[in-house]
Amino acid sequence: MTRAITMPKWGLTMTEGKVVRWSVPPGGSFSAGDELLEIETSKITNVVEAEGDGTLLRVVAPEGATLPIGALLAVTGPAGTSDAEVDAYVAGFEVVAPVEGAEDAADEAVAPREIEVAGQRLRYLDMGSGGVPALLLHGFGADLNGWMFTQPALAEDRRVVALDLPGHGGSGRDVGVGDVGALVGVVEAFLGALGIDAVHVVGHSMGGGIGLALAKRRPDMVRSLSLIAPAGLGPEVNGAFIEGFVKAGRRRDAEAVLRLLVHDAALISRAMVEDVLRFKRLDGVSAALEAIAGAWFGGGRQQWIVTDSPGVPTQVIWGREDQIIPVAQAVSLTGVAVHVLEGAGHLPHMEKAHEVNRLIGRWMNG
Amino acid sequence: MPEKTIRQALHEALVQEMHRDPRVVVIGEDVSGGAGTEGGRDAAGGVMGITKGLIKEFGERRVIDTPITESAIMGAAAGAAVTGLRPVAELMFSDFMGVCFDQIFNKAAKFRYMFGGKARTPLVIRTMVGAGRSAAAQHSQSLYHLFTAIPGLKVVVPSIAYDAKGLLIQAIRDDDPVVFCEHKLMYDLKADVPDEAYTIPFGEAAIVRDGGDVTIVALARMVHYAAQAAETLAAEGIDCEIIDPRTTSPLDEDTILESVARTGRLVVVDEATPRCNMATDIAALVADRAFRALKAPVRRVTAPHTPVPFAPSLERLYIPDPERIAAAVRSVWSYSA
Repeated sequence: MTRAITMPKWGLTMTEGKVVRWSVPPGGSFSAGDELLEIETSKITNVVEAEGDGTLLRVVAPEGATLPIGALLAVTGPAGTSDAEVDAYVAGFEVVAPVEGAEDAADEAVAPREIEVAGQRLRYLDMGSGGVPALLLHGFGADLNGWMFTQPALAEDRRVVALDLPGHGGSGRDVGVGDVGALVGVVEAFLGALGIDAVHVVGHSMGGGIGLALAKRRPDMVRSLSLIAPAGLGPEVNGAFIEGFVKAGRRRDAEAVLRLLVHDAALISRAMVEDVLRFKRLDGVSAALEAIAGAWFGGGRQQWIVTDSPGVPTQVIWGREDQIIPVAQAVSLTGVAVHVLEGAGHLPHMEKAHEVNRLIGRWMNG
Repeated sequence: MPEKTIRQALHEALVQEMHRDPRVVVIGEDVSGGAGTEGGRDAAGGVMGITKGLIKEFGERRVIDTPITESAIMGAAAGAAVTGLRPVAELMFSDFMGVCFDQIFNKAAKFRYMFGGKARTPLVIRTMVGAGRSAAAQHSQSLYHLFTAIPGLKVVVPSIAYDAKGLLIQAIRDDDPVVFCEHKLMYDLKADVPDEAYTIPFGEAAIVRDGGDVTIVALARMVHYAAQAAETLAAEGIDCEIIDPRTTSPLDEDTILESVARTGRLVVVDEATPRCNMATDIAALVADRAFRALKAPVRRVTAPHTPVPFAPSLERLYIPDPERIAAAVRSVWSYSA
């Protein structure tokens, strides 16, 4: 079947992207998981991988082209498809959001919402529908935008809700004492407010620790855990990163600290650094981050560690080059599946997005 | 994120800080706006509408209209600042600094030093700069470089609404006197501005555009002209990096020097007259500290050394424009020794 490769939408603010290079030549064949092309946005550069086997029948967007989200980049299909058939496909292709009204509707569908939980505003992004929903919990200092490569992929199969934890993103700044108990309480109340009583939890770093705590507290509710470089599995943590992140108020310091998060420093763009600084400059954010940092990672050691395995199906995903929490902690729980990914740092869901998406998708489908 | 004009961003910063800290007061000519007119107090909110609504919300003890006497405004504000208030004083046009400069540079700027570090002077002077409205020679100058020359003063020259709000809040919370320069043609420029309060540290330049061929340093309205020039030049294959220092004192020297170390080529754009202005200052910095990196002479794009013309046709020629910036960039790009 002839299929389109279109410009993806990565994150809340992306409106267009630039084709940096094609990894497969026109007419070349590829298998599922192969890298097809690299796309650069104002915030980030990443690759698009093939979802299935096929042939790159025609490249519509040449290298260097900047196009809006949804635009046709290439046509794929079985080898031997006639030129006439490809011509007809290209001619008949309709960009999803070409007109003003449709664009607004599309934006509306992926815009984050706010809900009042326990007297505090929480921002979340709700995508997809059906199935047992998934909840995405980001790490310390991040927000729901960190799931830009994860959420759209998982939302093809089910409802997926990404939450800004208290003190983070667009949520309120009241973190209480900031420890795992305070944050897991908010997450539990949030799920209650959305009427969700069964959930797959995907948590990164500190969000993984919250997932562990939620599973312990509500085994009736949590159907599975996918933990990406989670907190809570051992005492070691990069204290210099935590302290540096909390303190960084200037571009130079923030950039140096953020580079510790990834294996490939090119992932940390100027715009990403600026976004982090814009967040950190808001009144109340420093106090919230300091409270959380002290409660979770005070003195450069993790303050909350679980030793017994969670009573729900759990997988742990870790980047081999993680400089924040050592990958050795991946094997500290018994009875859980462990996946260590090469060429990834503390953000495997961004650096190895397709692999992580496949692992999570499979895990949730049992 | 909501889009706001520079006017809205500045107003919001004032309102939020006045709510947060009862020591913040506003003082100046007609800051309530409309006293003595048919509309009554608050009809206008100052000449540019920045302080509209403040008198109703905070009352006349915190929103103080003054007679037309800049030396009294600056003297009162400097005195109030050393005795515990955090005044935001308005010097309607920076051109009027002439009649009150002693209060600014011999008093406010010196208190901390004169009193052995025991006195603090948390004073903000909001003032308008810039040509382009045919406001003539005494209402159109860009005099931020004169304030920059005085140790003890901090000087802010924002170019976008996001920076305007964060830098004004930083200025109000700062314990030293800050001269906050607003370009009179930029009040309606819009950008994303968070509703919450936030601060931007002084001495941290913004990199407005990344590029590897030529560095352009520009201030205020010239940042936008430089961006237009950079678009034209990109189509010609010249990749410009644009740096907006945002504050001229302190000046983020490192960001400028690091950029020139990469590009080897520098154009500085300044709406002020050319002698002893920021373009000259930054050119000297780079000649002194990055000489070996330079592949071409530093070019300055400035107004000519004349008063600002009143005639619109002449004023248009007077102000640096994107074409002149692009021409300067081309000249350093094609330069060969």
